[in-house]
Amino acid sequence: MSRLDVRKTYKLYIGGEFPRSESGRSFPALDSTGAVVARVARASRKDLRDAVRHARTAQAGWAGRSGYNRGQILYRIAELMEDRFETFVSQVQVADPDRRRARRQVEASIDMLVWYAGWADKFAQVYGNLNPVAGPFFNISAPEPTGVVGMVAADDSALLGLVARMAAILVPGNTVVVLASESRPMPAVTLAEVLETSDVPGGVVNILTGHTDELIPWLAEHMDVNAVDASGATSDQRRLIDEGAVHNVKRVVGGDPLTRSPYTIASFTETKTVWHPKGL
Amino acid sequence: MSTELEGRKADVVAPRIDWSYATSRESTDIVSIEKRYGLFVDGEFRAPKSRKHYESVNPATEEHLAEVAEAGPADVDAAVSYAREAYESEWGAMPGAERAKHIFRIARMVQERARELAVLETLDGGKPIRESRDVDLPQVAANFFYYAGWADKLEYAFPGLDPEPLGVAGQVIPWNFPLLMLAWKVAPALATGNTVVLKPAETTPLTALAFAELTAEAGLPPGVFNVVTGAGETGSHVVGHPDVDKVAFTGSTAVGKIIQHQLAGTDTRLSLELGGKAAHVVFEDAPLDQAIEGVVNGIFFNQGHVCCAGSRLFVQENIHDLFVDKLKARLATLRVGDPLDKNTDVGAINSREQLERITELVDAGVSEGAEMFQPACDLPSRGFWFVPTLFTGVAQSHRIAQEEIFGPVLSIMSFRTPEEAIEKANNTPYGLSAGVWTSKGSRILWMADHLKAGVVWANTYNKFDPSSPFGGYKESGFGREGGRHGLLSYLKGPR
Repeated sequence: MSRLDVRKTYKLYIGGEFPRSESGRSFPALDSTGAVVARVARASRKDLRDAVRHARTAQAGWAGRSGYNRGQILYRIAELMEDRFETFVSQVQVADPDRRRARRQVEASIDMLVWYAGWADKFAQVYGNLNPVAGPFFNISAPEPTGVVGMVAADDSALLGLVARMAAILVPGNTVVVLASESRPMPAVTLAEVLETSDVPGGVVNILTGHTDELIPWLAEHMDVNAVDASGATSDQRRLIDEGAVHNVKRVVGGDPLTRSPYTIASFTETKTVWHPKGL
Repeated sequence: MSTELEGRKADVVAPRIDWSYATSRESTDIVSIEKRYGLFVDGEFRAPKSRKHYESVNPATEEHLAEVAEAGPADVDAAVSYAREAYESEWGAMPGAERAKHIFRIARMVQERARELAVLETLDGGKPIRESRDVDLPQVAANFFYYAGWADKLEYAFPGLDPEPLGVAGQVIPWNFPLLMLAWKVAPALATGNTVVLKPAETTPLTALAFAELTAEAGLPPGVFNVVTGAGETGSHVVGHPDVDKVAFTGSTAVGKIIQHQLAGTDTRLSLELGGKAAHVVFEDAPLDQAIEGVVNGIFFNQGHVCCAGSRLFVQENIHDLFVDKLKARLATLRVGDPLDKNTDVGAINSREQLERITELVDAGVSEGAEMFQPACDLPSRGFWFVPTLFTGVAQSHRIAQEEIFGPVLSIMSFRTPEEAIEKANNTPYGLSAGVWTSKGSRILWMADHLKAGVVWANTYNKFDPSSPFGGYKESGFGREGGRHGLLSYLKGPR
């Protein structure tokens, strides 16, 4: 008799824990033929608000770590993704069965993390500077994290879009609440399991699976979210985000979710300038 | 302004408490040392063509540790040609992202073997295990981690500069921080796409050889990193080799000048990190107890074998006597002895030769009229040792105020105004580093503007980080190591 396999429950990732949705809902994840491959937790407004609360609580500690330490943790995520390489490939293949393309996407995701890991202790050296003000003052401008960032992951990229933007947001010390791809949610859940074992403190990354359109307004209007990464949003979703952002003057960041750039990091920072006199 | 200070009597006397600890010795079981080492060339250890070996000893016990190859001209030739081949065929053209992953892997493997390498460093060089374990090794790993990240981001480092490697780098490093100086040199060289021929110091080759083995285990392509051991003559072959594109040297100013002369008229790029005679300036408003700790760390860290050691102390006149009394009391609590003991503050002098140089300069200090203080201190009967030493009543013209001693010896002088402090602090041919202690922020920045030194520490001392550039003014050398600026020493570009 063949052995019956044990299936994984696909849950949310909030504050370093894996709850089901408080709403008790789930939704089907489909493969490229339309067959149901798993049922995935469907996050509610309450789940989202919990996630933001945890992200806020974790933010000061994450930003307070050295760039070297954040870099090592991002690198550790890459190490453990490499360890789960085949799992990610098979989950990327759920939506796109081409194995070579799936492998390339997982490889690119791991290399993307390594690339951003290196920025954590260098970004301020490129983006900050001494200002030669006309007076006896020491004057320096340096980037600081914006705070809590909401992120709408690209729906048509199972893994790379999610990893690339998440890494850019984490580098300078932000924490993030991710709305995972609605049509390809499984790699996001596996990524959450990697994060939980990669020395990433609980609450630094929170990943919600669910209906993106349902959650976007709550995310965009939330008064304790400082910025929203809308690079993965459709133009209709982008309009909702832009309108919600007005409530507390959120920064809304667009761009191509699959490319990498230190300017993406810069989009999630605030420049702080410090003056100090020089004299006897 | 000093009425309050005048009331502060020096109430510190030699402590009556017995500060001795139970021995807590780090085990050496973790280390295995080969009987005899070859040269590390093209990814493997090979017997030297010179057929010569010399002995590496433990300076704390004078015990024999291993026989180490002495590379001759033919050996250096071979190392350089393999480095050239690796540069041309693979490393120079490798995508930065792949180079980065090689270097990240090295960083992780150094972390994995950190304790083993720390114990080996202490055995071969005599530094306290507390320092090799808590300073050297973490910094070694951090340097590789930091520069790994630059390997695929060089186009962002300098506006308008097309980042191209130079080729083969010949690197000659000193014995005071053997593996850390290796990391300072090798990490940026590899990150920028250069290949390396490294000549470790004669007296401390073992951690470089262990590191070489680690790079092979890490899968670094053969020829990218090569080690030729030996003394000054071997170093001279490396530096003067016509197929070396870049020379990086850390060591004494005297040898630095010989190298600069050797390379005069060639196109070989050169960076020099040479000696120092750092001034530590303490103002009357400084947090005195913290300043005492900073000054003690500044000069007695690593037995004073530190190019940026704070070897001249300038104390504002009205707190001079109080500060000196506090310093003497603190000195009496320093533990000098077995470097493998985790409680040891000051370990062994690196070599007999260095001990003789320190002794000669200290004798000159006494004969020129400065007043010497040394705490009572039991020293082991074997090995090379020097008691932590203070001189007061030092004049600017004394040899101990002008020459680098490179040992646990502090020369104390005084000043009245910040201008006078600057005048005196800048009065040496060196300009590597300086320290300032005051609670007034604007004065720190004024002092930093006027000190002719490549690094200025304020209300702290001897702080190092891979992201922070290090290097000197004047006869302390040129070029910077560390940070974004450290990349420039290994990239082509307009100069």
